Amino acid sequence: MFTILENKPLNSAVNKLIIKAEQIASSAKAGQFVVILIDDKGERIPLTLSDWDKQQGTITLIAQIAGATTKKLSQLKAGDSIAHILGPLGHPTETEKIGTVVCVAGGVGIAEIYPVAKAFKEAGNRVLSIIGARTQELLILQEEVKRFSDELFITTDDGSLGRKSLVTEPLKELFSSIEKSTHTKYPDLVYVIGPVVMMKAVSDLTKEYSIKTIASLNPIMVDATGMCGSCRCSVDGKTKYACVDGPDFDAHKVDFNELSQRLRLFNTQEKTVL
Amino acid sequence: MRKNPATLEMQKRLSSFSEVSLGLTKEQAKEEAGRCLQCKNSPCISGCPVNIQIPDFIKMIKEDRPEEALKKILEKNNLPAVCGRVCPQENQCEKACVLQKKNMPINIGALERYVSDYASQEQGIIENKAKKDKVAVVGSGPAGLTCAADLAKSGYAVVIFESLHQAGGVLRYGIPEFRLPKKILDRELEYIKSLGVNIKLNALIGRTQTIEGLFKEGFRAVFIATGAGLPQTLGIPGENANLVYSANEFLTRVNLMKAYQFPEYATPINIGENVVVVGAGNVAIDCARIAKRLNKNVTLVYRRSENEMPARAEEVTHAKEEQINLKLLTQPVKIITDEKNFIKEIACIKMELGDADASGRKRPVPVKGSEFNIKADTLIVAIGQNPNPLIPALTKDLAINKNGTIVVDENCMTSIKGVFAGGDITTGADTVISAMGAGKKAAEEIDKYIKHNL
Ligand SMILES: Cc1cc2nc3c(=O)[nH]c(=O)nc-3n(C[C@H](O)[C@H](O)[C@H](O)COP(=O)(O)OP(=O)(O)OC[C@H]3O[C@@H](n4cnc5c(N)ncnc54)[C@H](O)[C@@H]3O)c2cc1C
Ligand SMILES: Cc1cc2nc3c(=O)[nH]c(=O)nc-3n(C[C@H](O)[C@H](O)[C@H](O)COP(=O)(O)OP(=O)(O)OC[C@H]3O[C@@H](n4cnc5c(N)ncnc54)[C@H](O)[C@@H]3O)c2cc1C
Ligand code: SF4
Ligand code: FES
Repeated sequence: MFTILENKPLNSAVNKLIIKAEQIASSAKAGQFVVILIDDKGERIPLTLSDWDKQQGTITLIAQIAGATTKKLSQLKAGDSIAHILGPLGHPTETEKIGTVVCVAGGVGIAEIYPVAKAFKEAGNRVLSIIGARTQELLILQEEVKRFSDELFITTDDGSLGRKSLVTEPLKELFSSIEKSTHTKYPDLVYVIGPVVMMKAVSDLTKEYSIKTIASLNPIMVDATGMCGSCRCSVDGKTKYACVDGPDFDAHKVDFNELSQRLRLFNTQEKTVL
Repeated sequence: MRKNPATLEMQKRLSSFSEVSLGLTKEQAKEEAGRCLQCKNSPCISGCPVNIQIPDFIKMIKEDRPEEALKKILEKNNLPAVCGRVCPQENQCEKACVLQKKNMPINIGALERYVSDYASQEQGIIENKAKKDKVAVVGSGPAGLTCAADLAKSGYAVVIFESLHQAGGVLRYGIPEFRLPKKILDRELEYIKSLGVNIKLNALIGRTQTIEGLFKEGFRAVFIATGAGLPQTLGIPGENANLVYSANEFLTRVNLMKAYQFPEYATPINIGENVVVVGAGNVAIDCARIAKRLNKNVTLVYRRSENEMPARAEEVTHAKEEQINLKLLTQPVKIITDEKNFIKEIACIKMELGDADASGRKRPVPVKGSEFNIKADTLIVAIGQNPNPLIPALTKDLAINKNGTIVVDENCMTSIKGVFAGGDITTGADTVISAMGAGKKAAEEIDKYIKHNL
């Protein structure tokens, strides 16, 4: 049993939970995730380790309400508990010092980019972050990401905050200004996390400039220990299990179309429950 | 006449996940026990991988002393109710039974099950004297459970680390309810816990904690029993299409997560009307019989003929009774999908049997020009499992063989001192009883190792 110490809404669709989980907190690294099972009749769902505190023995999860399980999670109170949490899972993101890193995230992906941006910054990199959401209300963790970014760009679809555009626009401008300048260098790495269409758009753009790009993939998972194959993705024409081989992959080699099709596998069924 | 247990009536079988084999009644069991010749050299025992004293326990059944019979079995086997249900006795003790010559071996499996079901399981005695040495067991399948139980009986403080949220390994997530009711498994687990074994769930060794870390925590030895959980794939185009499942995903959703009780249980399983299962081992037969119970039209596709099917004989019989179509001598070559990447058809080719291969089975060879398509809206690939690669990948200096199994010496020790391994992780996918045999042997070796290194 894992006790929830705090569960508060960040907006109408996203909740932040602080949970007691000493062992996980003690070995967590940026880019890793956990699998939670609220109770014995529940579903195992993966959530990124958005933050952790080794001293307090706590982990922070940020979950967007997508369906039955995340809805139930949003309704739990401090003092309630989660029956099972497995983790940390997946390869940690490689965050050594390489120079300039651009961190791009959309929607709840901002919760997932936060620990990565922080780790890159703490390793001594120059970090530029681009975060976007549909509208101002849905934009989370702005202050937190800002703290670990040398520059922060914000976009919203409706222009209610930052620029009225997709996250790819500031990135495009950055690249074209570098193209025209004689003394600036292209970033050494772009790290992207968010909806599949967004990751694909970013990846297509950085490919034109041959900038190394890592995407953190989010396929449907069951065990998340490399046993079931539910999370398989095609990377460079080969089948990879995102839960143990990833979740980070070279974005230029990922078959994003297949990923988005596989994510729609259970759409009809889960709807019947909501 | 050999006594076989009755089976559940077909109507109930196909409309539920209730256990199919009903077991022997007391009268049947006593009668069957009465057929045993109590052979002096007891060939049956040599056929048993854990050397259960078979004639002794059979005699106790005959004399209506099931509690003593259970004690007799428990001397050698910590999971009798499981083994009585899932062991391929026809290749082991019953094959060695002298009455096999007359094609009527004693139904040892059914008698074992009778004893474990009939006699109320006694709880183990927890040693009062403080247990000094700690041993870690990784994986709670039959190999891990057996090793842990034996070590606990010899006075060690044993902790099992299991990555899933329930214990049992394949017995939990793989073998379906109608073959091994989970209540039975729970009861066996209670027995093992009553011996003082502590089971820690949600602990993925390699990530949550490393092998090195376990030694730092004060464990004197580690037994790796992580099984063969990596699905093998057909390697044909279209295998990542929607509604193409690995057997493991299908089984995990249905057995571990109870998708057949969706939405009471939150995990869904999405399958079409025409389900094709590829393979012919226990795993394939289990998938096919589950799909049948989900009310689907099920076809089993296998590249050899019925004679070569590796599944337990009883399961093949049950599958046929349940009207699972067999499409033999057939090999899928390509998965054809619709515009949304859902499977639509499977392109196959006919096979014929050629010469015997290394395993002694006849090798299937494609028949030129025999391509044809099968309509399918779901495919379950059940062609085998490879050793679980996670621990080898995350543990420095742990040697593995070409096929991914962990290297062990004749004392079950791996390339790392104090780290032992056994079960499917060292043999590749095998059987429950051979995994238990390995767990037993490892427990002895670990005991010797710790005593030697005091
Ligand atoms: C490595 C990883 C990290 C993730 N981190 C976060 C996070 O930090 N915050 C967050 O809000 N979300 C995260 N997700 C997505 C999150 O797991 C899904 O939103 C969640 O599983 C939905 O469950 P549900 O029952 O509420 O909704 P459902 O109705 O079950 O599903 C809604 C949609 O979510 C996706 N989904 C469903 N089940 C799963 C599953 N088991 N695994 C993955 N996706 C699934 C599918 O696309 C589905 O159509 C992550 C996913 C992965 C793979
Ligand atoms: C569907 C199916 C049906 C079968 N039917 C039969 C049958 O009828 N008769 C028969 O004799 N055999 C049968 N078998 C084979 C038999 O179940 C296996 O040979 C046996 O379970 C192997 O035991 P094991 O202890 O080595 O591993 P497993 O039973 O595979 O257990 C391994 C355990 O280790 C855990 N684990 C893995 N990695 C880690 C890690 N890093 N950290 C912590 N825990 C970890 C896994 O979650 C799992 O619980 C069947 C197998 C399947 C899949
Ligand atoms: S070989 Fe057969 S008949 Fe002889 S003791 Fe064993 S079970 Fe009985
Ligand atoms: S989720 Fe099962 S293998 Fe990755």
